[in-house]
Parts: sequence; C-alpha cells; structure tokens
Amino acid sequence: MEVALFVPCYVDQFYPQVAQASLELLERLGVRVVYPEGQTCCGQPMANSGYEHLTGGCNENFIRHFDGYEYIVSPSGSCVLHLKEHLSSDKNKQQAVAIRPRIYELTEFLTDVLQVEELEARFPYKVGMHQSCHGQRGLKLSQMSELTAPMFSKPGKLLHMVKDIELVTLDRGDECCGFGGTFCVAEEAVSVKMGKDRVADHLRHDAEYITGADMSCLMHMEGVLKRAKSKTKVIHIAEILNSSI
Amino acid sequence: MRGTSKRHADLADVFNADEARVDWHDETLWFVRTKRDRATHGLEEWESLREVASEVKHHTLANLSTYLEEFEQQAIANGVQVHWATDAAEHNEIVCHLLQKHGIDRMVKSKSMLTEECHLNDYLADRGIEVIDSDLGERIVQLAKEMPSHIVLPCIHKKKEEIGDLFHEHLGTEAGESDPQILTETARQHLRDTFLTRRAALTGVNFAVAETGEMVVCTNEGNADMGAHLSSIHIASMGIEKLIPKRAHLGVFLRLLTRSATGQPITTYSSHFKRPREGQEMHIVLVDNGRSRQLAREDFRNSLKCIRCGACMNTCPVYRRSGGHSYHYAISGPIGSILAPNLDMKDFADLPFASTLCGSCSNVCPVKIDIHNQLYKWRQELVKAGYTDKKKTAAMKLMAATLSSPAKFKLAGKLGRLTLRYIPFAVNNGLNPWYKGREMPSPPKQSFGEWYASRKKEGEG
Ligand code: SF4
Repeated sequence: MEVALFVPCYVDQFYPQVAQASLELLERLGVRVVYPEGQTCCGQPMANSGYEHLTGGCNENFIRHFDGYEYIVSPSGSCVLHLKEHLSSDKNKQQAVAIRPRIYELTEFLTDVLQVEELEARFPYKVGMHQSCHGQRGLKLSQMSELTAPMFSKPGKLLHMVKDIELVTLDRGDECCGFGGTFCVAEEAVSVKMGKDRVADHLRHDAEYITGADMSCLMHMEGVLKRAKSKTKVIHIAEILNSSI
Repeated sequence: MRGTSKRHADLADVFNADEARVDWHDETLWFVRTKRDRATHGLEEWESLREVASEVKHHTLANLSTYLEEFEQQAIANGVQVHWATDAAEHNEIVCHLLQKHGIDRMVKSKSMLTEECHLNDYLADRGIEVIDSDLGERIVQLAKEMPSHIVLPCIHKKKEEIGDLFHEHLGTEAGESDPQILTETARQHLRDTFLTRRAALTGVNFAVAETGEMVVCTNEGNADMGAHLSSIHIASMGIEKLIPKRAHLGVFLRLLTRSATGQPITTYSSHFKRPREGQEMHIVLVDNGRSRQLAREDFRNSLKCIRCGACMNTCPVYRRSGGHSYHYAISGPIGSILAPNLDMKDFADLPFASTLCGSCSNVCPVKIDIHNQLYKWRQELVKAGYTDKKKTAAMKLMAATLSSPAKFKLAGKLGRLTLRYIPFAVNNGLNPWYKGREMPSPPKQSFGEWYASRKKEGEG
C-alpha cells in the first residue's frame, strides 16, 4: 500500500520530529510512504480567518502535489478536516473533489484503514490525551460528551496498545484548548486562559506528557507549559506510537 | 456598552484581568452544562428529539408566512389583538401607544430577550413609563443598570455579595447581607407589590401555536403568570420565528428546552395564553426586526430555529471565559454572534471571530443549528464586505502568497526559524501577541522537508 504524507506547514517548520515519527510508524506498519516535495499548507489559517477566497494558491499547490494518490495521511486533524470540507478549485474541480475523501488523519488511518490491532511501542509515562476539537467533533475521531451516544476513541484505542503507558482521566474530557488558529493571537487573553485551564486539568492528574493528534493544540499548550516553567511536556501521538523506549 | 464599537477581544481582555472571577464564571456555567448532560444522557431518545425539533422548525420556517397568517386568524378569533412590527422602533411604538392609550405609566414585564433586543425599557423610560422586570435575575441586572449577560441566567456574572449590595441600596436589605434565601424573599416581597399595583404586563413568548392561536410562556418563577393575571392589559412580544404548527409539537420542544437550559426535566411553569379573560385586553406584537432578512440568507436561515435555551453559551469555552457582556449585544455567546451581524454587520463584525470553532455549541443545540459552520461563513461574508482590519488583510495576503509558493515557503521558513518571528498563525508580527502569555516553539535545526531531502540523498548515494 502506498500513502502520500501531508506535513502541515507549521509541523514542517517547527515540529519535524512529528512528521518523521509519522513516516517511520507508517513504514514500520508496512506502508510505502511518499512525501511529495514542494507541498506547503492546507490553507486553513486564511480560511478560518475569513479569507477563504485567498486560499486558491494553496489549493492548487495541494492538488498539484497530491492528485492521484489513493491515500493521503497527515498528523494533524485540523488540517485534514479543513481539506475534507473546503479543498476546491475552479481549474481542477474534479481532482479537488476526488482528493477530499482520500485524506485521512493519521490515527483514523491506522484504526480504520490499516486496522491496526497491536503495536510494538512502549512509553512508560503518565500521559494525558487532549482531544482536539476538529479531530473529535469534526472528524469524529472520538465520541464527544455533548451527544448521547456510545463512547469510542480512535487515538485512545491506539494508545492502549502502547506498553507501560498510564493514561490519566481528565475532569473535562473534551474541552477546547483555545488555540483556534488566528484566534490564539486575535483573542489573546481568552486563548491563553483557555490554554492554562486545559493544561491545568492534565497537571491536576499528574500527567508527565500531554499528547494528542493535533500538533497545533499541542504547540499552544507547550507555549503555556513552558511559560509556567512546567516539567510536563507535549508529545504528538505519532511519537508515542512510534516510540520504543 | 451597547452601540459602541468596542470589540469582543478588548472587552474579554478586561474581563480576564480578574482571573479568579473568570474561574468562578467558568465553573458556574460548566456546572450548568454538566447538569444538562445528566438530564439528557438519561434519555435514550434525546438525539431523535433534537432531530424532530430541528425538522419541525425547518418546516415552519419554510412555510412561515402561511403559519403566521393561520396564527393571526386564530388569535383574532380568540379575541386577541394582533399587531405587526417590522423593526425594533415599530415594536416599541406599538407598546408605548397601547400604554399611553390607557393612561398607564407603570408596567411589569416578565423576561423577554426580544424587548432587550429592541431596547424597550430605555425607550419607555424616556417617555415617562416605568418598567419593572419581574424575573429575579433580570430585576437584578436592571437594578445594576446592566444588560443581561446570559439569555436564561441574566445575572450569572454577579456574585451573591454583589447582589446583596444592590439590594441594600435599592430594596433596603441590611448592608453585607448575602444570604440567597433572604435576598430572594426580599425580591419576592418587592415584586409582589409590583404585581399588585401594575395594570399592564408584558411577557415574552417561547412558543406560539399556529393551529390554536395560543402562546406558551415558560418561567421558573411564575412571574409571567402573576403579571398577566393581575393586569388589565397583557401585551405579548414575540419574534416571528417563535411559531410551531401544532399543539402536538409542543411536547417535543418543552422536553428539550429546560433540559438544555438548566438541566431540569421541565420548566416549573409552562403557561398557555389563548384568550383574554373578561374585562382584560390581550395584545400580541409580532416582530420581524431583521428576521425575514436572515430567513432570506440561506447560510444563516437555520439560526432562526433557536429556542433560546442558552445551552450554546454554557458549553462555549470562550463565553465562559469572556462573559456575556463582552459580546456587546442582547443575545450573547455563539448564537448571538450569528444573530447580531444580521442586524448590523459593521457594529458586530468582531463577534463571529470570537470563537475557536470548536463545534461544541452545534452539538448541544437542541434544534441542531450548525452554529460553528455559520460562524465560519459569517467570517467569509464580513471579510468580503470589507469589515476587517486593513492590516490583517495585508498580512493574510502576504501569508497566502508565501504559503502557495513552495520556494517562498522554504525561504520564509528558514528565516522564520532563524528569527523565530514567524508562526503562520501570528499574523501581526510587530507586537507578537502570542508571546504575551506563551513561549514560542524552540526552532529545530532543519525542517522536515530538509530532513527528507537529505535522507533521500543518502538513500540514493
Ligand atoms: S442556538 Fe441552540 S443552543 Fe443556542 S440558545 Fe439557541 S437553541 Fe439553545
């Protein structure tokens, strides 16, 4: 099986280890991974700020690099959701329409397509799992507390396959961390407060690491943790699933 | 606060200066949200109730003019006088005229967000008519000369000590008294006197039934009944979207409303008003005030399904941490952020941006309004209409140009990692607001793209 890896712009620039872990993990599971060079951004930062009309260039670039792959996988729920809902093109309409359903967030690809049942991973730490909103409510990676429906969690299922990991239970399972793209700067005060509160929930339960399937939320919480000089670190779920300490 | 150009972000910044207060506000509302969860998670049919309610509302909105006519006919047949108001000004004039005609200068009102939307109290006060709000929370904010900060819990932003101070000043309780029981009793006595001495009462309308021409008002304090039953003239102000086709549909909405609002199985009083009692006059004012405009906007039509339960506010992580007043509109929170720009795109251009688009609101909403999608769509509309900061537009254009070109992206990334000045999201780099409360990410030596290229080279070499 062949998979094209989409590495969101900020992951490429600030968290290359997350993309490396995603790539290695997929390879270890027997997938041939292609990284189309020249890819950039999904366009979400502009679109969520009201500038969807400026995302044409990003869309064309994305289509140019990802057209024709059966599976496109990315370690970022938020970017995946944006592409699934908004990837469009006047020039390459058909290609855009064809790409949308082929884009997968990493953990959903692992559980739904590869149907991974076991992993060679060990991570002997106390870990808090942050459900990103776009992953959870948008992509339905896990059940949300708002609905009266059976609980499930795709990232949670994968984490349970990791040896010696101790997952903590949070007081508010699916509260937003307050990142929200440009919200984090446009509404700086509320965003920081939300980040502090989200982090505090993990700290109250002695998490040594905060993980999640969306590096953008983790980047925000990392900023909050570092400012508070906390020992708790953030780590992308791909890094845990790929770890063998 | 109303009518000024203050922005949500600035008002929220002020609200956040007192962190302990933000925590208290957040926890209080989260408590209501968890009560709602307990009330709904026990009902197997909850999700199908939501679906049915959403469809009934959809059907009603699609046939609104027919149902409005049916309602009007039935109401008139019941002996009710029906008035139509295209906007807030007309609504206020109609109410004022009715009162003046009867020589009434004091009115008791039960909570109605529509009259807040129309600024009725101020309008009547300017014309020498005193209005007393009879819902306890509403009375408290009225004494404090504030707007409600929440549509169901109007004074949720006030602590009991602050309410004690207000009551001391206005209702003569002892200084420092903050026992909720004593304060409530004081308010009761005060309101009882009001009910007995007013000849006119105004109520809102929660649901109006086209089939029967009756309307239903839901309160927990029975204050709407007290006002309406003791007055010689009862005026009901109702937005045209409050209609449902048949009485049979009521059960669906009554089951949803209070569970979503406060976690109660049903409101304490669900009062039906159909015809005036002997000697009484009953009036209904049907108000548009932008609703038909919103109905015509396909993307936002669904917002008119709202039954004003407040669940979207209680669940909204931004609302909980910025307070209702930061929305500078009568209806705050996620749904208010959709309704307000319909009335004035310029004044309320900031509101659709006061959200992380987390989607929690859409999923608690008992009538399944796609709130967060509508917020996203409003952002596009507002930017296209030119109601955004020019600096932001310039930054976005630069960002779009950078991100749509692999070569520019590579270069900017390199520079960015060197100087740490550039995060795609930190659009305003001059004074980086990211850094105020957060550290920047530490820069890696190489990007993933660079790492991949060197790995490929090694592999080939
Ligand atoms: S939008 Fe939905 S959740 Fe919000 S107040 Fe209206 S009905 Fe309730």
